Amino acid sequence: MTDPIIKFDKVVKRFGDLTVLDELDFEVKRGEKVSIIGPSGSGKSTVLRILMTLEGIQDGMVTVDGEPLWHQQGTNGLEPASEAHLRKMRGRLGMVFQQFNLFPHMTVLRNITEAPVKVLGMSKKDARVRAEELLERVGLADQASKYPHQLSGGQQQRVGIARALAMRPDILLFDEPTSALDPELVGEVLTVIGQLAEEHDLTMLLVTHEMRFAREVSDRVCFFDQGRIREQGAPEDLFTAPTEERTREFLKAVLN
Amino acid sequence: MTWTDYIPPLLEGAWVTVQLTLYSTVLGAVLAFVFGIGKLSPNWAFKAVSVAYIELFRGTSLLVQLFWLYFALPMAGMAMGIDLRLPPVLAGVLALGLNIGAYGAEVVRGAIAAVHQDQHEAARALNFSPRQTLWTIVIPQAIPEMMPSFGNLAVQNLKDTALVSLISLGDLTFRAEQIRNFTQDSTTIYSMLLVMYFAMALVVTVIMRGLERYASRWRTARS
Amino acid sequence: MLFGFEWDLSSPLAFAISIMPILLTGMLVTIQAAVLGFAVALVLGLVWAVLKSAPIRLIAWPATVITEFIRDTPLLVQLFFLYYVLPEYGIILPAFMTGALALGIQYSAYTAEVYRAGLQAVPADQHEAARALNLSTARTFTHIVVPQAIPRIVPAMGNYLVSIMKDVPVLSVVTVLEMLNVAKIVGDRTFDYLIPLSLVGGLYLIMTLVASAGVRLLDDWLPKQGIPLK
Repeated sequence: MTDPIIKFDKVVKRFGDLTVLDELDFEVKRGEKVSIIGPSGSGKSTVLRILMTLEGIQDGMVTVDGEPLWHQQGTNGLEPASEAHLRKMRGRLGMVFQQFNLFPHMTVLRNITEAPVKVLGMSKKDARVRAEELLERVGLADQASKYPHQLSGGQQQRVGIARALAMRPDILLFDEPTSALDPELVGEVLTVIGQLAEEHDLTMLLVTHEMRFAREVSDRVCFFDQGRIREQGAPEDLFTAPTEERTREFLKAVLN
Repeated sequence: MTWTDYIPPLLEGAWVTVQLTLYSTVLGAVLAFVFGIGKLSPNWAFKAVSVAYIELFRGTSLLVQLFWLYFALPMAGMAMGIDLRLPPVLAGVLALGLNIGAYGAEVVRGAIAAVHQDQHEAARALNFSPRQTLWTIVIPQAIPEMMPSFGNLAVQNLKDTALVSLISLGDLTFRAEQIRNFTQDSTTIYSMLLVMYFAMALVVTVIMRGLERYASRWRTARS
Repeated sequence: MLFGFEWDLSSPLAFAISIMPILLTGMLVTIQAAVLGFAVALVLGLVWAVLKSAPIRLIAWPATVITEFIRDTPLLVQLFFLYYVLPEYGIILPAFMTGALALGIQYSAYTAEVYRAGLQAVPADQHEAARALNLSTARTFTHIVVPQAIPRIVPAMGNYLVSIMKDVPVLSVVTVLEMLNVAKIVGDRTFDYLIPLSLVGGLYLIMTLVASAGVRLLDDWLPKQGIPLK
């Protein structure tokens, strides 16, 4: 068995007095599709935000692809990561945001090509070809020259997915990608994410409230509660026969 | 002399006023960006210089600044053994630009700080460097926020150019004063002067509105 | 010698100290002119605000054009206009009064906006609530609208007082002996501009910092008087 691509080792994250992650241990294998469910405030999104280096940690160790994320090898052992190290590590990850976070002043096409050109140094032409492929894949080939505010929420989120994919990440993080959408627009985004889940070398981490979808696409579902994983397992086991009382309560509440 | 005879010399002065306004507004805009960004910089030295500049020029009077540059600076230069005598045009453009730049810097700072945190996070997730984030993501979104205030500052700057007449620069107000001294026809001269400034202010406003529309065209694109 | 104070040219420090009383005398004039101009701006601005919001177009429209005209033309030119044109129509005011009047007129165009914005910012549901309680229009205005508008208006007005203070040196052109003018006179007579003008700059910094701190205190204090800002 290969090493895990993501590993949280006794990770502690606090916001002031509030402990969001309480010595969290958590692993994801390469190519695995993992859904994270749980009540709000349970620290689900924080896991993604730590991986995307949007939030630091107070204690413990996060490794991505065998390398420490928030630490680096210094002369006297491990020390806090420098911006250069974070930048190197960040290149392996991509993120899809709840509020899409598209750049409002750029066309759809430029939203997707800007980072490959500026960050990866890709030629404008190559970036454009790649962006058009991706737009085709998310079903928005005809929207390339529009601005984000001219699109529906579902379309914007699909652009968000294409934008993240354009950087060719090994790991794609989805932070409640359909929570901000009107109910009738959820389906089109889930369809795109479902297609991505077919790719076996892409590792996916999905924080979601869409239980049915989590069950369909994931290899494993983790139930978060109070900063820890309360229960995890294959979707059919966790959804049909949860062992923990808290999981049962949560599932009962969200499935009704 | 009738009022039509005043027009040629007044137009000559107006041209000087236009040039002063243009140069000092451009200088002010550059300073506004440099020090507005500086006030938000994580580099403490850059930040300290920016705060000091903004406070100094917002905290004192423009006319004091103009007189200081024109009358006092040469003496400071003399004490140090350097020739710091400025021609009136340079002193005028510098004082106006430095003054309006300090007010503009606060506008730039405010508009940059108002760009939503989500945009910074998206840029970070795509691995943009802080500098790339500032120039390609944040500032283009902040500029439309700045434009209405910049429009007001440009008109303010046009009005402020009248003060350079006090260091004997031949702008519109200076020319009007010359004619008044000669003809004593105060009512006509000053009425014409006010109308000319008003007309120029309207032109500045129209230009700034145009720039505003250009900078925010992505907001108004229709579906 | 100026205002009865001699200067001491023996050393830069002695010179600076000896002209301080002169500059402070000028500062007093600066403050007086600013306060008087501010008072004019407060009253005249209210007049403009009322006229501009008049339901009759024939009143509102000219008021709007006039305030726009005042706002878009230089204070210096307005001051020249008052100083040289008013006497032609038999109105002869002392230079100080003309100066304060010019400041007041220029800033009335700005204060009118402050009144208007402050009153408009009181939400419409407050008017509706007052109507539901059967309050008269006058009573609604004095007891509901004005108390809520004041915390928005006062700090903005305070900032304009600071701006007026910085515009007072313009009055030197009509011979008002405010701070910059006396510093310039000292410079003309001693051939040393550096020290007087630098001192004026420093004194201005102190004045505006103190005044701005006062405005901030007022801003913090006002909403606590039972009149919430939002």
